[in-house]
Amino acid sequence: MNNKPKIGVYVCHCGVNISKMVDIEAVTEFASHLPNVKVVRNYSYMCSDPGQLLMREDIKNEGLNRVVVASCSPRMHENTFRKTLAAGGLNPYYLEMANIREQCSWVHEDREDATGKAKKIVSAAVAKVRLLEALYESEVEVEPATLIIGAGIAGIQAALDIANAGFKVYLVEKTPSVGGKMSQLDKTFPTLDCSACILTPKMVDVAVHPNIELMTYSKVEDISGYVGNFQVKVRKKARYVDMEKCTSCGACAEECRLAGRVPSEFNENMGNRSAIYLPFPQAVPAKYTVDPERCLFLTRGKCGKSPKCVDACLAGAINFEQQDEIAEFKVGTVIVATGYDVFDAAKKPEYGYTEYENVITGLELERLVSASGPTGGDILIGKGENAFVPKEVAFIKCVGSRDKSVGNEYCSRVCCMYTAKLAHLVEEKLPDANVRIYYMDVRAFGKGFEEFYDRVRREGVRYIRGNPSEIFKRGEKLVVKVEDTLTATPLEDEVDLVVLAVGLEPRKDAREIIDLLRLSQSSDKFYLEAHPKLAPVDTATDGVFLAGCAQGPKDIPDTVAQAKGAASSALVLLSSGKVKIGAQISFVNEATCRGCGYCVDICPYGAIELVEINRMGNIISVARVNDALCKGCGACVAGCLSGSIQQKSFMDRQILPQIAVLGVMR
Amino acid sequence: MSEQFQPNVVAFLCNWCSYAGADLAGTSRIKYPHNLNVIRVMCSGRVNPLFVINALQQGADGVLVSGCHPGDCHYMEGNFYARRRFSLMNELLEYVGVEPGRFNMSWVSASEGAKWKDVVAGVVEKAKEAGPFDQFRRNKINW
Repeated sequence: MNNKPKIGVYVCHCGVNISKMVDIEAVTEFASHLPNVKVVRNYSYMCSDPGQLLMREDIKNEGLNRVVVASCSPRMHENTFRKTLAAGGLNPYYLEMANIREQCSWVHEDREDATGKAKKIVSAAVAKVRLLEALYESEVEVEPATLIIGAGIAGIQAALDIANAGFKVYLVEKTPSVGGKMSQLDKTFPTLDCSACILTPKMVDVAVHPNIELMTYSKVEDISGYVGNFQVKVRKKARYVDMEKCTSCGACAEECRLAGRVPSEFNENMGNRSAIYLPFPQAVPAKYTVDPERCLFLTRGKCGKSPKCVDACLAGAINFEQQDEIAEFKVGTVIVATGYDVFDAAKKPEYGYTEYENVITGLELERLVSASGPTGGDILIGKGENAFVPKEVAFIKCVGSRDKSVGNEYCSRVCCMYTAKLAHLVEEKLPDANVRIYYMDVRAFGKGFEEFYDRVRREGVRYIRGNPSEIFKRGEKLVVKVEDTLTATPLEDEVDLVVLAVGLEPRKDAREIIDLLRLSQSSDKFYLEAHPKLAPVDTATDGVFLAGCAQGPKDIPDTVAQAKGAASSALVLLSSGKVKIGAQISFVNEATCRGCGYCVDICPYGAIELVEINRMGNIISVARVNDALCKGCGACVAGCLSGSIQQKSFMDRQILPQIAVLGVMR
Repeated sequence: MSEQFQPNVVAFLCNWCSYAGADLAGTSRIKYPHNLNVIRVMCSGRVNPLFVINALQQGADGVLVSGCHPGDCHYMEGNFYARRRFSLMNELLEYVGVEPGRFNMSWVSASEGAKWKDVVAGVVEKAKEAGPFDQFRRNKINW
């Protein structure tokens, strides 16, 4: 310690957020008697300009060398006040925050108890701040490249923005083509833009952009490192087709022995494809892929005398010897744009989705109305000769959303409007059809949404308020059993087609990304942002950002906006080229370290190694911390037998006084 | 005791999950007992078992260590170390005669404000049942 501590304690009212439940004057008076406290002040908003000025002036005039701010959570304003200290000429790490808002005034109901607790919290902060030491942040270079996981509209938009700014992008997509769920849509609400028309040009752009390295049919296997310096390992799965040679003529797919016998994922399993396939006509890259789970040659080792696709391919592009390739590269930032899964309607058995072929999901209807779909855009229900054109059509909203019985409490945000859009498309394609929509509420909150909802109603779509309890068959018809809750009338509505407006869910493989990047999930199991309002694209892992539905359900405009936000956040790091890394890292007292190496084994980052030093003529080994690799978790400290390794700002001798104060004060 | 015994619980919370979860409980204005005070560390793996003994010596009637859910640790493995250390610790405390219920571990994520309330209520209740702890007590603030 450089000199005797002179502590300033600043108690914040936070308007009435704190002062309503905590007696500020009592805490101020109490703090003035704590050891080494020179100045105590309270102010309505410590984080405001005048509040910060108070601190800066006291640092100058009173010679303060330690500061305690008793206000909100350090997760909220620690950075703010560190900057205040720095502006006042003090090392920013001479700060300790006493969280008397989130963990005191907001959670207690008795003013006396809350005031007592606030005094304890302030005392513990004073006990610690006296022993804090000056710390200095170091800077590391940022690798001028970004990894984007997922090439739906979110990943595509983020990739284009970053690439256009002049930085390298590695865009990794799990499926054989970019485009994501948006490529499956026919029209987009509320403008009725053709989805493919607005998406396809962007898909092509990412494929040809000189700054984008596109890896489709690939999977991120490992990410290590830290902000600015992530090491990435990607497995490029074998397509069994030479990308250079394939001309995408399609002869292979026509000749495939399984042609027309493999369900097409792109068409929601309603149409069929071959075992060698292009997922959809506008796929990018326009290169064929062999489905290793279906291909006869790959699953059974034999496909007639020789695989027909090989014989059909004049370019000689098909190569069953092809192996997976591993690509390794470094990036400075990562954007997670992995999207969502559609709710599995089988989880609502009362709607008979798996039982009746004329109960379909919204996305299935989307494929039926699409010109690139299995019926060429005709709304035909059922297969082959039995296929029919429905006349009475019912939509059911909130299937798998706002439904605690399936574990999804949230609103999926897109179903109200995609239902309105599909209802409009049904009316357009089948002018004789009668369309009704069973709803709980209509949420038409976006730009142009209310107007579109109004238009659809004027076109003759009936909105009936009620949540159907059951769907069953009566003769040829389906019966929707429901109560119209506006007129309190029970209904049994006979229809030909039921469309379930299924909601959006976190991806079933969401866990993979969590394990790769240490992300958290919110209670709805989508990835958790760093702050719901002020850091909606950041995550708790520095340098990792979220875009699109991976963070929560959103429509296309919101997804694109968030993707642009994530791109801009990544660009802040990339274009500055440097990033500050934590100062609160571990260090070793080489004089007492006995070189046992326990800390080396404990460190999850490989940041500690044993080195040989000369201690008074003896060559001995001691632990040494690599500052750039240490993330400051402190696990090594708790494992050290001799207390020789310590974490800056969280040293044993800084924490023990906090324990003492909290233990003794009743 | 004339009035109902008010226990004193010291809690060690990791910055990324449990501390954030406790903050969320605050932001959501969820109410819970005032008898628990928090020491923030970056990771539950930082909590030295001696901190627990120390808290009990200094006058705490109960101790809580709370981290990210196993597998969700911000530092990959820190909470696994914590889990291993403190399951041993639990046995040691039982061996030296500390009532079960005085020492607790929990996993609270950054989105589990409501769970944090339940954890605090539970830990405080258990400390209340166990009564004042003075077996290890040394009654002096070691400034």
